[in-house]
Amino acid sequence: MADGLPLDETAPPPGRSTLRLQLDRFARNRLAMAGVVVLAFIVAACFLGPFLFPFTGEDADFDYILAPIDLTSPHPFGTDDYGRDLLVRTLEGGRVSLAIGFLGAFVAGVIGVLYGAIAGYAGGRTDGLMMRFVEILYGFPYVILVILLSLVFGGGNLALFAAIVFTLWLTPAVIVRAQAQSLARREFVEAARAGGMRGSRIVLGHIVPNCLSVVIVYGSLLVPEVILSESFLSFLGIGIKEPQASWGNLIQAGTAAMDSDLRLLLLPGTMLAAVLFCLNFIADGLRDAFDPNDR
Amino acid sequence: MLRFIGKRLWDGGLTLAALVVLTFFMMRLAPGGPFSKNRKISPEVLENIKAKYHLDEPVWMQFARYVRGLAQGDFGPSMRFRDYSVNDLIAAGLPWSLTIGFWAIVVASLVGVALGIAGALRRNSAADYLAGTIGVVGIAVPIFVIGPLAQAIFALRLEWLPVGGIGGGWRSLVLPVLVLALPNIAYISRLTRTSMIETLRENYVRTARAKGIGEPRVILRHTMTGTLLPVIAYLGPATAAIITGSILIETIFAVPGIGRHFVDAALNRDYPLVMGITIVYGGLVIAFNILTDLLRGWLDPRVRHG
Repeated sequence: MADGLPLDETAPPPGRSTLRLQLDRFARNRLAMAGVVVLAFIVAACFLGPFLFPFTGEDADFDYILAPIDLTSPHPFGTDDYGRDLLVRTLEGGRVSLAIGFLGAFVAGVIGVLYGAIAGYAGGRTDGLMMRFVEILYGFPYVILVILLSLVFGGGNLALFAAIVFTLWLTPAVIVRAQAQSLARREFVEAARAGGMRGSRIVLGHIVPNCLSVVIVYGSLLVPEVILSESFLSFLGIGIKEPQASWGNLIQAGTAAMDSDLRLLLLPGTMLAAVLFCLNFIADGLRDAFDPNDR
Repeated sequence: MLRFIGKRLWDGGLTLAALVVLTFFMMRLAPGGPFSKNRKISPEVLENIKAKYHLDEPVWMQFARYVRGLAQGDFGPSMRFRDYSVNDLIAAGLPWSLTIGFWAIVVASLVGVALGIAGALRRNSAADYLAGTIGVVGIAVPIFVIGPLAQAIFALRLEWLPVGGIGGGWRSLVLPVLVLALPNIAYISRLTRTSMIETLRENYVRTARAKGIGEPRVILRHTMTGTLLPVIAYLGPATAAIITGSILIETIFAVPGIGRHFVDAALNRDYPLVMGITIVYGGLVIAFNILTDLLRGWLDPRVRHG
């Protein structure tokens, strides 16, 4: 090494990938990073926290009915009118709400991306028909569609999930379709087609990966939307039902008891609001980091 | 312009027709019926009730019957509220829903636009931070958390306003309207702030200033159209958001509007009532979407000819 330059062949080439740059930009956004940390803490608390207690959120403790906050008792945040531990119930409700939120956003995102990519790539009549269908569904007031669908699917958790996914895949579909339309005219797609690549492989191998940054940005906005929909429906008594807890039906129960005790409303309400705050900050941060229009 | 209006009306009509057809068949597909939750009744009585509401006919015949009634402006009888027609129930509930929705939109537009402009003109000032905070809170904290909290604070603790119901005249509407307006204040102030900042960078604004026009006049005369275009475009989605919110608001504050009827009717499979409210809601959303497009087309030639 006479010239003093490192000649290690395995070292990565200088210059960083776009993804790396985008992630760095995201990491510098303090509000978004705070959102990530708080959200990670809440997720960990919801999924691990209940194991620290010797009872579940559905066990009634008749010695402690409507117990107040008392950090020395076995129920630090008190109990509800059935003697069920409030903290454990809130954490268990969080499991349901968070799981539905992330899973729902993922499924709705995948459906929307595939639908939009196929419509945008195919173009012509197929595109026209597919987007007409989306437009009609878009014209529906969202509440009506989601309430009717959860009834059609027969009630229960799976029906709720399906109804929410079915109403929320539209926005990613429209966004990806616009992107796919312009990608379909690019040279590398034409080259792939000229090389005899099948349409399905072009969509999966060329169109979808190139839409990914838009999908990440809008996908992150889907998560709070799904969580909000779930708790909205559970609040109205259409979604997740007692004795299973979710933030929506806990808030509903808290509303019923609020003239005697605000705590039943505040604990699940604060958790839900905190998660939505975090997710919104993260989504804002991702948009600033990934959206090329804002640079 | 006429062609533009015609096309939008035609599209709106098609969407409404699709809404009627889909809702009708979706309700029939859903398991359970309007009389399945009743206390035990003999099969003969059930047959009689079904015959009375024509539920014993094939679905397509029921649909034809419904559409025929609809053409004459008749939404049919309610299956849960025995002595009322759907027309009666909507006529009784809709004024309440419309009053609250209307005032919520008025409050949201005025406060939202004012906050947004204040924020854009004095960036990073106290007003800007206030607007930003309201924006974040309004978007992240759901109505069904803020609503009960507002009840607990302003009605139960401070006793300034009634908890719910409609017995207190205008005072009972204050909390429902404000809570319903809050998320929309958040969206509108964000939209206004961003578009005002963009508009202030336009060349024609610089020209106006260079000509020596005073700042208040520049703001009021030259930047308003540009600033308000995105806000007006939000009017359509805002209607949908207000309807979603009003279902919650009417449940929380015990307002006898049609939103509360809708959830009960859907859970009890009161087919005609669900259909009636769906048509009213759908019609409102479609009408406001058309109105929004027309306003935008009138203000912005690019929309009209695009």
